[in-house]
Amino acid sequence: MMTFTLAAKELRSLFLSPLGWTILAVIQIILSYSFLIRVDLFLQVQPSLAGRPNAPGLGDVVVANLFGSAAVVLLLVVPLLTMRLISEERRGQTLSLLFTAPISMTQIIVGKYLGVLGFLVIVMGLLALMPLSLLLGGRLDFGQLAGGLLGLTLLAASFAAAGLFISTLTAQPTIAAITTFGLLLLLWLLDWAGSDGGGLFAYLSLVRHYEALLRGVFNSSDILYYLLFIITFLVLAVRRLDADRLPH
Amino acid sequence: MSDITLIRVEHLWRYYGTLCAVRDVSFEVRRGEVLGFLGPNGAGKSSTMQIISGNLAPSAGRVWIAGYDILDQPKLAKAALGFLPEQPPLYRELSVDEYLSFCAQLHRIPRSRRRGAISTVKERCGLTEVGRRLIGNLSKGYQQRVGIAQAIIHSPAVVILDEPTVGLDPIQIREIRSLIRDLRNEHSIILSTHILPEVQATCDRVQIIHQGRLVLSDSIEGLMRRMDAASLYLGLRNPPMLETLRAVPGVIAVETLEDGRLRVHHPPQQNPAETLVNMSVQHGWGLYELTPERLSLEQIFVDITQQEAAA
Repeated sequence: MMTFTLAAKELRSLFLSPLGWTILAVIQIILSYSFLIRVDLFLQVQPSLAGRPNAPGLGDVVVANLFGSAAVVLLLVVPLLTMRLISEERRGQTLSLLFTAPISMTQIIVGKYLGVLGFLVIVMGLLALMPLSLLLGGRLDFGQLAGGLLGLTLLAASFAAAGLFISTLTAQPTIAAITTFGLLLLLWLLDWAGSDGGGLFAYLSLVRHYEALLRGVFNSSDILYYLLFIITFLVLAVRRLDADRLPH
Repeated sequence: MSDITLIRVEHLWRYYGTLCAVRDVSFEVRRGEVLGFLGPNGAGKSSTMQIISGNLAPSAGRVWIAGYDILDQPKLAKAALGFLPEQPPLYRELSVDEYLSFCAQLHRIPRSRRRGAISTVKERCGLTEVGRRLIGNLSKGYQQRVGIAQAIIHSPAVVILDEPTVGLDPIQIREIRSLIRDLRNEHSIILSTHILPEVQATCDRVQIIHQGRLVLSDSIEGLMRRMDAASLYLGLRNPPMLETLRAVPGVIAVETLEDGRLRVHHPPQQNPAETLVNMSVQHGWGLYELTPERLSLEQIFVDITQQEAAA
């Protein structure tokens, strides 16, 4: 209950400043542009695809690509969403309000995390409208769309968990943002190291598990990877926040 | 004042690395009592208050709030606690109403009583007219009041205020002091300050902390007694020879001050004021002033902290 109070407050304050609105607008503009280009491309190549067996359909050309670019945009945007979570409270010395209230550290962290997650759900909702608009003139593979949405949500939720942890480390939001971005990019690029055929690095890469979901392949180990990633960073964040109180 | 102890602190220590900020501090506060916490800057006041409020964990020692250990049962202890840190914890982007409503939710005030609690606390702190304004746009004095409102919104048994009147103008200071006097009826209050008259105006009991150690713990009356110096200021138009005065029973020593007045020292139990007045009338000394000298609280404060430094 208390967790949701915190989440609601966090979500509200995102929309009280221009930050939330700006981020939503920028995401939407970039993604709808990329969506239009893809739809245009599909319309051009459609006649030549028509006769072939196993030709890529609307879903492969438009939807998978849209989610691909959405992942890159979120990689840039989520650090900006999470940067202020704890660091700004630390800078404004408002954490003591939460520390004095009868709530636990875990509730503080999970509450703040759910607040950001709420924002990301709004982003997903706006994003899903684009492929759904294709229903006006075509057919969609809903399984693939659901897989893509699930994958993107899990990916963004993982970004947010890492961002929240890094925000507990500093009192400067900009430092939290740049560090989060660096960490996420590194985890993304790990894929390149393992490009010669799997291996540990490729397995650890954030993006490898996402690609499978985008193809519509639902593998529980991919889901588990993201959940473990999220839980790890949330636990780290709770421990870091608790360390503020302890003698050292 | 009743016998129920609401705050109990036992052998509190806190280190920051190798720096010891709080050394073996123990005390108790009963219901209805206002405890003043005095000390120079950096003496360990804020650290002690942060430990009592659960914002810092002690290196050693225990704290009970309303019977609950702040480390073992933090939620129960914190439910009975309101805290105003040195820097009020305000979200500048919220309006006063939004902020207080968030605080009410944090302190688990049920939805049905929330509206009432908010309007009561706004009235007490003089915030009724600014409810819809953004906290970031309020003056320092109003922000401080919002900070106090935040600490008492859930009517906690224990209220801890860290330098509540810092940065306020004299009128606001007087208002905050009268608010604190109102609060003492239902709450136990710990108040830290380095302004000494504030303690005289609001507190029942005083503790002076210096270099992390409690160096004095006394009631306000006890403190006042300490302030009674054993001397009188005597102003005479036609002063006699100093020897004549020294011969008066009860006078130990007499010195002449720069402005022509005399300072008469006497033993604490034996005050020669009456004899001096009679003699002045008999001999036509022209008495125009006779005041007992009082040490200022500042003087006591400096004495104690310096004794401590010398020891």
